[in-house]
Amino acid sequence: MNQLEIRDLWASIDGETILKGVNLVVPKGQVHALMGPNGAGKSTLGKILAGDPEYTVERGDILLDGESILDLSPDERARKGLFLAFQYPVEVPGVTIANFLRLALQAKLGREVGVAEFWTKVKKALEVLDWDESYLSRHLNEGFSGGEKKRNEILQLLVLEPAYAVLDETDSGLDIDALKVVARGVNAMRGPNFGALVITHYQRLLNYIVPDRVHVMMDGRIVAEGGPELALELEAKGYEWLRERVKEEA
Amino acid sequence: MSEADLRALGEEYKYHFVDEVKPVFVAERGLTRRVIEAISYHKGEPEWMLKFRLRALEIFQKKPMPTWGPDLSGLDLDNLVYYVKPAEVRDAKSWEQIPEEIRRTYERLGIPEAERKVLAGVGAQYDSEMVYHRVREELERQGVIFVAIEEGMKKYEDLFKEYFAKVVPPEDNKFAALNSAAWSGGSFVYIPPGVKVELPLQAYFRVNTPEFGQFERTLIIVDEGAEVHYIEGCTAPMYSTESLHTGVIEIVVKRGARSRYTTIQNWSTNMYNLVTQRALVYGDAFHEWLDGNLGSKVTMKYPSSYLLEPGARTEILSIAFAKTGQHQDTGAKIILGTPHTSGTIVSKSISKGEGRASYRGLVKVLDGAKHAKANVECDALLIDPESRTDTYPYIEIEEDSAHVGHEATVSKINDEQIFYLQSRGLKEDEAAALIVRGFIEPIAKELPLEYAVELNRLIELEMEGSVG
Repeated sequence: MNQLEIRDLWASIDGETILKGVNLVVPKGQVHALMGPNGAGKSTLGKILAGDPEYTVERGDILLDGESILDLSPDERARKGLFLAFQYPVEVPGVTIANFLRLALQAKLGREVGVAEFWTKVKKALEVLDWDESYLSRHLNEGFSGGEKKRNEILQLLVLEPAYAVLDETDSGLDIDALKVVARGVNAMRGPNFGALVITHYQRLLNYIVPDRVHVMMDGRIVAEGGPELALELEAKGYEWLRERVKEEA
Repeated sequence: MSEADLRALGEEYKYHFVDEVKPVFVAERGLTRRVIEAISYHKGEPEWMLKFRLRALEIFQKKPMPTWGPDLSGLDLDNLVYYVKPAEVRDAKSWEQIPEEIRRTYERLGIPEAERKVLAGVGAQYDSEMVYHRVREELERQGVIFVAIEEGMKKYEDLFKEYFAKVVPPEDNKFAALNSAAWSGGSFVYIPPGVKVELPLQAYFRVNTPEFGQFERTLIIVDEGAEVHYIEGCTAPMYSTESLHTGVIEIVVKRGARSRYTTIQNWSTNMYNLVTQRALVYGDAFHEWLDGNLGSKVTMKYPSSYLLEPGARTEILSIAFAKTGQHQDTGAKIILGTPHTSGTIVSKSISKGEGRASYRGLVKVLDGAKHAKANVECDALLIDPESRTDTYPYIEIEEDSAHVGHEATVSKINDEQIFYLQSRGLKEDEAAALIVRGFIEPIAKELPLEYAVELNRLIELEMEGSVG
């Protein structure tokens, strides 16, 4: 029961159906990869998991440790331990990272967090990411480079310590050094109390975050599953090969 | 602070609500010669002041109501009480007598104790408090005058007369005339040449704090090379049964001096808040206005700086928050009168519900003010689809070598920001409040910490239940 479960999920935006019966399970303690070509619905799935009100869920369910979170608001989902690292983190001018992180941590824990406790946590996270303290006094994502934004998402991940994280193309637009740093952050979270779904278009990230399972999504459905070797196969053969196979099976 | 604590405080402290204080004298309704004479008599004023008041009354009666701004048709000037002389502070009022809404806000704001006392009108009590006592002693040692305006008029008559109504004469506008006729309460401040007052002067340091002024009048003179930061008012909602607050603030910043006037006001929502604030800034001097307007029904307030000699500079920062039923018509004026003067206006407004926030500003560069520079930035944030903002930027340039920039932005709280913050565990209204706090941060960071904290809390209260 300790798992993030997506059960026959159908969802649409502006009348267009994007997800067409997604079934996927990420057990706690494992890191899974979600791969697929552009437009497959991967990012949509990530946003729907986090409760983006832009999308309408038409059918199916999302269960966090056996409990449906479909009717919960995004903040309630977050407080239950779900985290989405955004593909495009949003700028919030005038709000420092430190201030925001502490508010978020307090919301997550449901209690006041003292300066010392907060500081200890943040310092540890900064070390993992090899990041400078001065970032804490910068405004949330404002004027950040793509890489800095992604790093900031992982900083939040490390400080908030969710039970489940969805990383939406955290690797996109990163050079290899930044990629390694992000991977280090996710790997630091790995353990029996953490499950993650790493959404990526390319295999590259999976060299550094080795997944327990790989799911492949096409046209709003999971069409293939396998071990880490599946990612390598996709890298070698491309998605067309899989698309043909899916057609044949149908 | 729990409600029980506050209730305990309430036993000791008396609040300044006009209807709850047994007054010694209440003037008849409307502003008449008789009322003015009565005010002057009760204050024991010199003859010249009575004459001044009566002259102002005539001007007030002649001037029409301004029609270029917000709707003032709900303001019945003939039906107001213009003067109430309160009784001595004696009988404690119970906490329960304070309107529930205001009590709750005090509580949740965690108003600094000293300020709570001011709100409670217990001026006399903190004479005994060592910290304030020491501050006052230090000020006196430096020759700083910081007293109630009535005391300033009597004790320092020559100095007072030299500047009083010179910055804002009664002819300036109808409400300046009204204030000039009926003024009561406020501060008189004089900083001698070269004296740098380190701590901000806050109204609650003032000795013998008089009654809360419906028509408060403050005169601040910062002599050559002196420095001061004056803070007026507070962020707790000030409640009054009378629906008009008309203040006049006059500031003289002499050569090489620096001054800052900070005020954050949160009037009850029945209030017309019509204030004239003006500073005369001399050579190489610098004056800042930091102005926050929350609450009230209508606010008309445009802090002004007149840059009179070369090298004079000014900065005007303002925040306005308008909710349903409120019109905040605020802004700033800078007159650049001589060469090498410069000024900056930063105005941030937030409109929520059907609230309306207007920026109204004037930058005027006079002929011959060579290389004068001014920059205006006004940003509006709209919370709801029905919220409204307007910008009325008047720019008059008579000098070719002047540089004047103007930038205006209107933004909405965007759903992506809300979703992002929510996905980190913040509730929807907390997320919106955080975005608003971020929006005003460039101004809030200029406030002394306790005021910044208070302002943030206040914004959170204002934003509660605002979305979803």
